[in-house]
Amino acid sequence: MTQHIHAKYQPSGQLQFGIFFQGVNSGTIWKAPESGSQTDFESFRRIVQTAERGKFAAFFLGEGLRLREHLGRPHALDVVGRPDAQTMLAALAAVTKNIGLVATQNTTYNDPADLAHRLASLDLLSGGRAAWNVVTTDNAWTGANFRRGGYLDHADRYVHAEAFVETAKRIWDSWETPAGPAHRVVHEGRHYTVDVTPRLPRSAQYRPVLFQAGDSPDGRDFAARQADVIFSAHPKFDDAVEFRRDIVARSLAAGRGANDVQIMPASEFILAATEQEAQEKKAWVRSLQIGPQQAVAYLEQFWGRELSAYDPDGPLPDIDPVVEETSETRGSGFHGAKARQLADQWRAEAKERGLSIRQFVTSKTARIDATFTGSYTAVADHLAEYARVGAVDGFNISPWLIPTGLDDIVNQLVPELQERGVYPTEYRGTTLRENLGLATPERSPELIPAAAASVR
Amino acid sequence: MSTTPKAGFLAIELDGAGWERTSLTQAVLAAESAGFHVATFADAPVPGRANALQRAAFASPVTRTIALVPEADTVYTETFHISTQLASLDYVSGGRAGWIATAAQSPEAAAAVGRSFVNGEALAQEAAASIEVSRRLWDSWEDDAVIRDVATGRYIDVDKLHYVDFETPAGLAGPGYSVKGPSIIPRPLQGQLPVLAAASLVGDGQLSPDAVDAVLVTAPTPELLAAEVCEVRARLGASVAVVAELDVVLDARGQAAASRLAAESGRARFVGSAAGLTDYLDSLLKEADGVRLHPASLAIELDELARLVLPELGRRGALRAPIQDGTFRDLLRLERPESRYARSNTAAAGGGN
Repeated sequence: MTQHIHAKYQPSGQLQFGIFFQGVNSGTIWKAPESGSQTDFESFRRIVQTAERGKFAAFFLGEGLRLREHLGRPHALDVVGRPDAQTMLAALAAVTKNIGLVATQNTTYNDPADLAHRLASLDLLSGGRAAWNVVTTDNAWTGANFRRGGYLDHADRYVHAEAFVETAKRIWDSWETPAGPAHRVVHEGRHYTVDVTPRLPRSAQYRPVLFQAGDSPDGRDFAARQADVIFSAHPKFDDAVEFRRDIVARSLAAGRGANDVQIMPASEFILAATEQEAQEKKAWVRSLQIGPQQAVAYLEQFWGRELSAYDPDGPLPDIDPVVEETSETRGSGFHGAKARQLADQWRAEAKERGLSIRQFVTSKTARIDATFTGSYTAVADHLAEYARVGAVDGFNISPWLIPTGLDDIVNQLVPELQERGVYPTEYRGTTLRENLGLATPERSPELIPAAAASVR
Repeated sequence: MSTTPKAGFLAIELDGAGWERTSLTQAVLAAESAGFHVATFADAPVPGRANALQRAAFASPVTRTIALVPEADTVYTETFHISTQLASLDYVSGGRAGWIATAAQSPEAAAAVGRSFVNGEALAQEAAASIEVSRRLWDSWEDDAVIRDVATGRYIDVDKLHYVDFETPAGLAGPGYSVKGPSIIPRPLQGQLPVLAAASLVGDGQLSPDAVDAVLVTAPTPELLAAEVCEVRARLGASVAVVAELDVVLDARGQAAASRLAAESGRARFVGSAAGLTDYLDSLLKEADGVRLHPASLAIELDELARLVLPELGRRGALRAPIQDGTFRDLLRLERPESRYARSNTAAAGGGN
C-alpha cells in the first residue's frame, strides 16, 4: 500500500465530511415512501441540522441554469427543480452555527461585481461560513436564459473563469480595514468590464472559501492556482492517491504549498450493520435510482430517438443511433459522446456480460467508483486508511434520500470514525476556514493604496 | 376588535439593520412582534449593506407572520437569476415574499457590470421586461407539475412545464435580450409573488398597472401625502394597492424629534409625538391600503412604534389582522392566480371541443 504521497506533503490524518444536496438527477430517490420534498425549506433545515450534529464541514448546493432535456422536452423521470443556492443558504445560515455553506455558482452567466457582492453578503450573514464552488458551464443552450447569451468559446472558459475569480478576490480584498475605506476595483477584460467600489468589508474568515471541480488538465491547473478545496471525481483509493500526487505537483508548480489545496471527492454511502444487509440495501437503492423508464431514457439520450418499444429487461436496442454526437441538453457530463461508436461498444459489452438494458444502465450510471458499501465498521476502517495516507481531506457525500439520507452516517459512521481518531469530535471554530484548517489569506499588497486596472 | 374594510397594513424599512446577523435578527423580530405586517429591505448601494434578497432570506426562518420584501434592480441584473432568487425566497419564507422592483438610476450601477448607463423612459422599459420575465417564469411550472407518479416513472408531468420564450420588444433603448425558460425552480408557493414599484414608474408610457400589485407613493410633505394617494389611485385604478411612504422621527427618550433631524430623503416626513403619528396614520390609512415607515433610527423609533403607535392603531381597528400562516398575497387580499399557461391549455382544450 502507498505510504507516501510526496516528500513535501503532510497528511493531516483527519477526514471531513460535506453533504451535496443534489436536487437533480437519478441519484436522489423520489419513489420511496420516505422521499421528502425537494423544495420545502423543512427538507433543507432537517438535513443541514443533521449534518451539523455530525460535525460536517460543509453543506453544498448545486446549480444548473437550464432544465435538462430529453428528446427536446424537459426530462421528466428524475428529481428536478431546485431553489437558488445562495438564497437557500442565506436562510439556512439563520438556523445553523458552524457548518460551511457552499454555493455552486457559474462564472459564465454572472457578473463578477454582483456575484462577489452576493457571496460576500452570504459570508457576512453566516459569520464567515460561505464558500463558492466555481463552475464554468458555457454553451448557447444554457445562455438562452440570459442577457449574455452563448458568447464564450469553450476553450476560453478557464481563462475567463480565472479572470472572474481574480476580480472577485480583489473585490473581497478591497476594504483596507474592517471600517474601510474601500478601494475601487477596475477590470477591463475581453468579456467583462468591471468598475466598482465594493460595499462590504471582509468577513470573519476573510473571504469565501473557493471550491472547484474541474478535472481536465486545465481545470486542475486552475484549481491548483485558485482553489482552497477540490470537489474531485476520484474517491477510489488508488485513484485518490494518484489525484492527490497530481494536485500536489500542480500546486507546487503554481507556487503554492503542497498542503494548500484540499481534496474532497464526491461520494455515496450505502451502510448497514452487516456487509450482507448493506449489499441488500444497495440493490434496493439501485432499483429505485434507475427504474425501467429511466434505463430506456438513458439509452435514448445516446441514440437520439425514442426506444420505448424496447423491453428494459431485454437486450440493448439493435437499431443504430440517429445522432452523430450527443448534445449538451442532458447536462455537461453527457455532452459530445460519439453515438454510433458508443452504441456498438455498449451492445458488445452488454452481450458479453449478459446484461439487460436496465442492468447495463445501472452499471453505467451508478456511481460505482464513488460508492462505499458495507458495514459501519468496515467502511470506517477503510476510510481511516485514506486519512492515514492523506489520500483525501474528506468526502463530499451525496445522500440518496432527502431529507433522511444522512441519519445513518451521522448516527453510526461518524462515531466509528471518531473512535478511530480520524474525524472531528467538535468544530474547531466558527468559520469554514477554521473548520477546514485553511490558512487565512493575506491582503494582496498590490491592492494598496488603489487598485490598478488590469487587462486580460 | 374587528377589522374594518378600511383597515390597512404597516410596513417598515429595515435597511438600518445592516448585515450583522444579531442586529438583523433582532430588528426583524422586533418589527414582527410590534405587529408590522411587512418588512422591506432596501438594496441601497451604500457601504455596509449586504444583498437585500439574502437579508430577507436570512430573516425568513426566524419569523412567522411578517412579509419579507426585498428591493431588486431590474436594469443591471440578470432577470433569470432575480426570478429564481425571488421564487426561492418565497419557498424559504413559506409564501411571505414580495418584490420591490426598482430601476437603478445610477452610472455606478452600470459601470459595476460593464453596461451602458440607461436613463429616462428606458428605465421603465427595462423594469417592464424584467417583471414580465419573472412573472412568466413563475408560471412556467404549473402548480401540480411535480407528480411523483411511480407507476409511469415520471417525477414531473412535462405537459405542465412551459417555455416562456420572452423577447424584449423592438423599441427597447438598451440591448435586447431573450429568455427561454422554463424556470429552474417549481412555481412559487404564492403562484405569483406580489410585485411593488414606485408609483412614479407606473402609468402612461411607463410600467403598465397590470405589471404590479402595489405602488409606493411619495409626496413632499405629510399634508400632501393623502391627496397624492387619492390621485395615484384614481390614475391607476382599483386593482393596484397603494402604499404611502413616510419618514418618521419621533419624540423619544426625553428628546424632541425635531432635534434629531437628518438629511431630507425626498419623502414626506412626520416629526413629532407618538400620539400625533397615531392620529396621522389612522387618517392616512383611510385612504391608503398601507403605509411604509422609514424610521430615522431603527433602534429608537421601532421602540416607540411598538409600544405606543401600533397598539393604539390596533385598538382603533385601523390595522388588518397579521397573516397567521398566510401569504403576502393574503395580506394584500389578492387571489392566488392560476398559471397563465394552465389557462391557455384550458382555452385550447375548450376550443377543440
